[in-house]
Amino acid sequence: MNSSFLLSITTFIYGLAAFLYIAFWVFKKPLPGRLATWTAFLGVIGNTMGIIMRWVESYRLGIGHAPLSNLYESLIFFSWTIAVVYLVIEKKYGNRIIGAFTTPLAFLAMAYASMSPNISDRIQPLLPALKSNWLIAHVMTCFIGYAAFAVAFGISCMYLFKQRDTEGKSKLLTHFPNTNILEELNHQLVMFGFLFLTTGIITGAVWANSAWGRYWGWDPKETWSLITWFIYATLLHARMMRGWGGKRIAYLSIAGFFAVLFTYFGVNYLPGLHSYGAS
Amino acid sequence: MVLLLSLAATSIIGTIIPQNESPAAYFQAYGDFLYRLFNVFDLFDMYHAWWFQLLIILLTINILVCSIDRFPTTWKIVFIKKAPFILSKFRNQADNEYFDDSRSSEQLKDIYESFVSKGFGYIRTEQTDEGYCIFAEKWRWARLGVYGVHLSIVLLLLGALIGSFFGFDGYVNIPEGEVANSIRMRNPGQNISLDFGILCEDFNVSFYDSGTPKEFRSRLTIIENGKPVFTKDIIVNDPLRYRGLNIFQSSYGPLPPKEVTLNFTSRKTGKVYKKKALAGQQIDIPETGGKFVLKDYANSYKFGGQPIGEAFLGTLTHNNGSSVDIVLSVRFPDFNRMQKGDMVVSVSDYTQRYYTGLQVTKDPGVWIVYSGFIFLIIGCYITFFMSHQRLCIDIVNKGQTCRVMVSGTANKNKLGMQNKIKRISEKLIDLKTNT
Repeated sequence: MNSSFLLSITTFIYGLAAFLYIAFWVFKKPLPGRLATWTAFLGVIGNTMGIIMRWVESYRLGIGHAPLSNLYESLIFFSWTIAVVYLVIEKKYGNRIIGAFTTPLAFLAMAYASMSPNISDRIQPLLPALKSNWLIAHVMTCFIGYAAFAVAFGISCMYLFKQRDTEGKSKLLTHFPNTNILEELNHQLVMFGFLFLTTGIITGAVWANSAWGRYWGWDPKETWSLITWFIYATLLHARMMRGWGGKRIAYLSIAGFFAVLFTYFGVNYLPGLHSYGAS
Repeated sequence: MVLLLSLAATSIIGTIIPQNESPAAYFQAYGDFLYRLFNVFDLFDMYHAWWFQLLIILLTINILVCSIDRFPTTWKIVFIKKAPFILSKFRNQADNEYFDDSRSSEQLKDIYESFVSKGFGYIRTEQTDEGYCIFAEKWRWARLGVYGVHLSIVLLLLGALIGSFFGFDGYVNIPEGEVANSIRMRNPGQNISLDFGILCEDFNVSFYDSGTPKEFRSRLTIIENGKPVFTKDIIVNDPLRYRGLNIFQSSYGPLPPKEVTLNFTSRKTGKVYKKKALAGQQIDIPETGGKFVLKDYANSYKFGGQPIGEAFLGTLTHNNGSSVDIVLSVRFPDFNRMQKGDMVVSVSDYTQRYYTGLQVTKDPGVWIVYSGFIFLIIGCYITFFMSHQRLCIDIVNKGQTCRVMVSGTANKNKLGMQNKIKRISEKLIDLKTNT
């Protein structure tokens, strides 16, 4: 049993969890809900074990490094953070329907990592530029931020569905948390994500200064992370200073998440320094 | 806000159009019209274009003006001597918690005071017409967090400005064993002389089995007034810092070897003679006579259009005076055998020399930027997750029992404060049963 195999199994566990959450949402029976939570929890354990095993395996290969160095490893960690952030919210707010909108994201990230022919799951040695303790700090903070934005995205979608149905006609929407809670959760997650994105950009800048002698170079990934940062900063200002709420904030949150996705995947198609993340 | 979004939108352009390439490359990629249009707007170096800089300056002014505009109000709230509490406001709030207790209001006051003082920094009890009222608050200063964030952004931009005026970004290539006393600027390309010398004692590159580079390492010695001051090995991610200058490992390249050991194999006797050759120096060929001059070294030599890698070039002069240019491939020792001659010359051994490519930067603004970073993280944390919380516990005598009201406000995260009030209320009820 190696880490790749374990992580492939984890992919299916997340898939099952997503399926159970959706079943719980559609059929409103408590059993699939409870099962979904346990399955998601099992998925997180498998995911954690997979990451640890991969770390150990890299040391056995004599090229030991934290498993955060390429697209495959970052996607695995991305799924992990999404699942953990979601489970914390479930514990805190006690609503399982949010799971139907967030665990599929964890599943998709894992599935993309495991199945895509363009993504190699081989453990590769680190390039000289990546050999730094800042690697762990930079990648971890960025992805915790991304995961918070991903969950905020799911919640914003729920908000948009919920607010269209003010009279409570749709049976699918009756057990959604009410719009106030969804809005508040969205805001909390965006703030949490913003703090981590900020820290992520800063650790990246400090690292760049120690590796290349400059803390900011307008590299496409840097620029796109700044664009993402601007969008969420706009969201926070619009809410606090202009009293924006509801739909407009939800749309901004969704726009922000698309910027995150582009920062993560799209930038690989542009020339730049972060090319390690591409394969 | 418009500024934030327009900065975001224009930054996108810069990621799509590759920056700082040669005009010819742009001309080819975009054609005549687009090239001229883009050039007018400086889109090929847009992050340094006047309009982009103007947007950044506008953003800074905006931040400063907004902050200065609001700051006095916040200042008055934060630095007030006696925190104002208006009981009627708390009583009129919608989400207050209520419960009854059978003990006297004095007893309850003492119990609650000691409980509340654990969680709140400021506490004050006032006597009311019907009993007691406990006010408490904490994190009043958290209202200043947002100014910390804005100040940090201004610091970042200030640091960047100082860096761009008083700093520089240059590079220098130093062959192993040589000293550099000046560096070349990246933009514009002029030389700057240093008041010390950088000696590259040694350069090494190591590879993984897969062929990807593992480590670039340069051993550098700083020379002041002809004397070595100190030596340090630098690798990527571990630069040398000296007198405000940062010296980074950036690139490397091969240099022609100074000395090479050649094998002269006689076709007649099969005997092998080893000879050391220095570039440009003539050596006598044993057995058959004649001379050989080592002329050049090529890192990737092409022979008849085929790349053969590293190769030495030399001239072989026969006894009869006729001379022929020969190529000595490092990878294919038998290469010279194909060129007919009495002596087959091949490369036996040589030490590869490298030059190390160093990036030399100076940025006096970097510490301002770093302090901006720290302010930014702390400021964001305070702004997002700490709010000025006020708590009010109102104890009202109602004959045999007391009516207790728990109420609170926060300047941020109101839902969280509501939940907190519920929790505090539950704990206060628990206190009742415990004592």
